[in-house]
Amino acid sequence: MENRTRNGSRRRMYLKMVSSSLIRRASRLIIAVLAIAIGATILSGLVTIYYDIPAQLGREFRSYGANLIVLPRGDAKITREVLDDLRGLIGTEKIVGMAPYRYQTVKINEQPYIIAGTDLAQAEKNSPFWYIEGSWGNAEDTSSVMVGHEIAQTLNINIGDTFTVQGVRYGQMAEASRQDLSAEENQKRDLGAQNFSMKLSVKGIVTTGGAEEGFIFADIDMLDDLIGDTFRADVVECSVVADAAELSALSSRIERDIPALQPRAVRRLTQSQDIVLGKLQALVLLVTVVVLIITMISVYTTMMAMVAERRREIALKKALGAESKLVMGELLGEGVLLGFIGGALGVFLGFEFAQRVSLNVFGRAINFQWALIPVTIAVFITITVLASIIPVRKVMDIHPAIVLKGE
Amino acid sequence: MSSKILELKNVSKIYGNLKALADINLSVNAGDWLSIMGPSGSGKTTMINIIGCMDTPSTGSVILDGVDISRENAGSLTRIRRDKIGLIFQQFHLISYLTAVENVMVAQYYHSMPDEEEAMEALAKVGLADRARHLPAQLSGGEQQRVCIARALINSPQILLGDEPTGNLDEENEGIVVDIFRRLHDEGVTIIIVTHDPEVGDVAQRKIILEHGKVVGDIDQSATFGEALKLKGKGE
Repeated sequence: MENRTRNGSRRRMYLKMVSSSLIRRASRLIIAVLAIAIGATILSGLVTIYYDIPAQLGREFRSYGANLIVLPRGDAKITREVLDDLRGLIGTEKIVGMAPYRYQTVKINEQPYIIAGTDLAQAEKNSPFWYIEGSWGNAEDTSSVMVGHEIAQTLNINIGDTFTVQGVRYGQMAEASRQDLSAEENQKRDLGAQNFSMKLSVKGIVTTGGAEEGFIFADIDMLDDLIGDTFRADVVECSVVADAAELSALSSRIERDIPALQPRAVRRLTQSQDIVLGKLQALVLLVTVVVLIITMISVYTTMMAMVAERRREIALKKALGAESKLVMGELLGEGVLLGFIGGALGVFLGFEFAQRVSLNVFGRAINFQWALIPVTIAVFITITVLASIIPVRKVMDIHPAIVLKGE
Repeated sequence: MSSKILELKNVSKIYGNLKALADINLSVNAGDWLSIMGPSGSGKTTMINIIGCMDTPSTGSVILDGVDISRENAGSLTRIRRDKIGLIFQQFHLISYLTAVENVMVAQYYHSMPDEEEAMEALAKVGLADRARHLPAQLSGGEQQRVCIARALINSPQILLGDEPTGNLDEENEGIVVDIFRRLHDEGVTIIIVTHDPEVGDVAQRKIILEHGKVVGDIDQSATFGEALKLKGKGE
């Protein structure tokens, strides 16, 4: 009991000395606190960015197109139910875009072309890099479609022009044009019950530099109605926020849980994403290490100056009977408090820093990582203590008789 | 009869070719009040550092409270100093960021356990109860030295050592501090002070004169330093 009172009393005095030294000498320690706070700001900011880069850049990479292509197994098609199962399995929060495609051959001016029926809103999310002259089509105005640049040139059509598509309804047999009939007569034959015909208008012209320029893009439900069939997709293009490993795991899960589908990760894209992410994270890590070293040097020099400035006080404490380790403990206690204050300041300033970087570079806000508070404070207490060890050991060299000499 | 609290036997301190103390023999009884005087470089501070366990002699022995401290290591000397010596400095040496009472409590903290009530009593003894919560910068020189005395006394040391304790004080404050010493002496505290000031030195019960590291005079209260120096000049 007596021991506990004694220890409590000594602990209070220790805290009193350490805190008074910092509070009443604040003007002298402001540089040390600033050095630590700046270090902690950069560290916590960079760590926030470090952990947020995969999510942020992952979404940025999605602008390069789908990274997961899902095909039906065998000759079957992908039904609406299977598509819903796929969406549930991937998780809506991970999906940037998920566009099913149904390809249908049609005739325009008796020449064959392919209409790609899709969910245009989702296709737009999957392919933000497409250059669209005019605008994207939508599910409300189903007779307005987008045509590939190549088709637009071949048919010599522009935004607002109309053209007629014809074809054979789903499950019906196509009849070949008869050589003995005129084109007009053949066209009339094509308007029979087994065939369809619809006038479409050009809402947008698609330029991608790729195969897309040879397609007509229309709403998939409109296409289903036109050909008289229910939803049956040939392929689903997915843009998923995931790195190569996650995508590979997701593919395995899809294969296992939805046997009707065979997923294919777009490796070139995911690998590039991983390489860029890896390099960026390594860069952030390197900068973090440099900042830590600079902070340590700064704290070291500050503590060196502090010990030199307080030689008389240290000598006095030793003259009063303090053992060197006790005085060293007090100085290290001050270091711990400095690390705590600087670290705590840095956490919040660091978040502000990371938030601004994220908003300016990625255009998105980031979430505050609560775990950063204890981690940053602990790191900076450790750094301050480590940087203080050599200066604080100078206490052992201070001789009270020499330093406190009266004259 | 008073018991011997301190004894220096053939104590010398040599720095290279310089003999700061040469064969000093001195014994001090408990409750004695000694003044050590002498010109600069006479070895006063070296002597007080050795008695105060902040230095060790090159030869000879120092018996403090029955223990030979002349061959103790730094750690032991620190412990002995903490337990048996109270130090007062010319330049006060208070910790600037602690209040008067906290400065007194620091000595308690290193000795055993801080006790604010006791520290306040010690300050009251030197007439500073109402200045206990002031920082050193808010105290006059005399007040700072009184805090220093309270700090030196707080652990009930066996010897109170003062190195020019009035050296930085004006006449009025010098008088206050000397009065405190007089009272402490009456209470039985052993006091050893180094001083340049004959007026302060003369108040002591016993006067030691040092020159070139040697004791050249050891006189009692009946003679003043001035008289002692005259006697020495006549070779007596």
